[in-house]
Amino acid sequence: MRNTRALHGVAGVVTTIGYGSPVSEPEAATEAREIAAGARDRVRFEEEALALADQVDRVARRLVGSREEAEDLVQETYARAFRSWRSYTPGTNLRAWLLRILTNLNIDRGRRVQRAPEMQPLEEADYYLANKVAESQGEQALDQEQVVERLSQDSIVDALSSLQHDFRDVVVLVDIGDFTYADAAQILDIPIGTVMSRLHRGRRQLKARLAEEATA
Amino acid sequence: MSHEDCEKCEELLQGFLDRELTPGEVVLAESHLDGCDYCRRRYKFEDSLRRYVKLSAVERMPPGLIEKLAQLRGIEM
Repeated sequence: MRNTRALHGVAGVVTTIGYGSPVSEPEAATEAREIAAGARDRVRFEEEALALADQVDRVARRLVGSREEAEDLVQETYARAFRSWRSYTPGTNLRAWLLRILTNLNIDRGRRVQRAPEMQPLEEADYYLANKVAESQGEQALDQEQVVERLSQDSIVDALSSLQHDFRDVVVLVDIGDFTYADAAQILDIPIGTVMSRLHRGRRQLKARLAEEATA
Repeated sequence: MSHEDCEKCEELLQGFLDRELTPGEVVLAESHLDGCDYCRRRYKFEDSLRRYVKLSAVERMPPGLIEKLAQLRGIEM
């Protein structure tokens, strides 16, 4: 059993003043081992987190408006993650843990300067793009793959960034970040049903934007 | 079959594409896709759109960022 002094971290002092407490030496050694183990855990955490940086950055880039903003956000995220590494439970989804920090920081940054939700008739957008294209061109419906190929990379990026924030968060986490509904729910701290409805509505908005693009 | 008849399939289709269905629901979705031309076309479209979004919207991490992140290590709360 530990003595009170050892608990106060003075195990070394106990031996020098000659009480020769049988527990003090092992206590000190245990403490040293614990420190070393802690340092190893920490280094492992840092390495694992850094290995995920490109995936974290990929999601960040689509959540915010510019490359610079994304870079700032990723750096802030890692600074916070490294500071609070002890609150991460080893063996759980580290990527989701990092993204939770990132989305919270992004929301805290007051990105809620949000445009009013657009009153676009979403149901119409739910028709698939090919029909839109066919209507506008008076041609027979194009092959679906061809419609997708007609879209430029920029148009997808623009369409994504034009989504309402709430919808974009979910679409980006699931479609770009490859997170499950459950992970996205945990990251954003919303119920899974909300993830599903936002995802559905977000994708509708996305398709509507892309349809505008494809038929422009 | 007109698409109005398949409104209820939408949720099943999305879940199927996102691999979020239970094994039982997967069987349901697959057998529906087998028999419904409209949903099958939609499935193909949605699938290619997802892949395209993933491909198009992915940027490489800027050079130097990983070093900046590595420098943030060792900060204690």
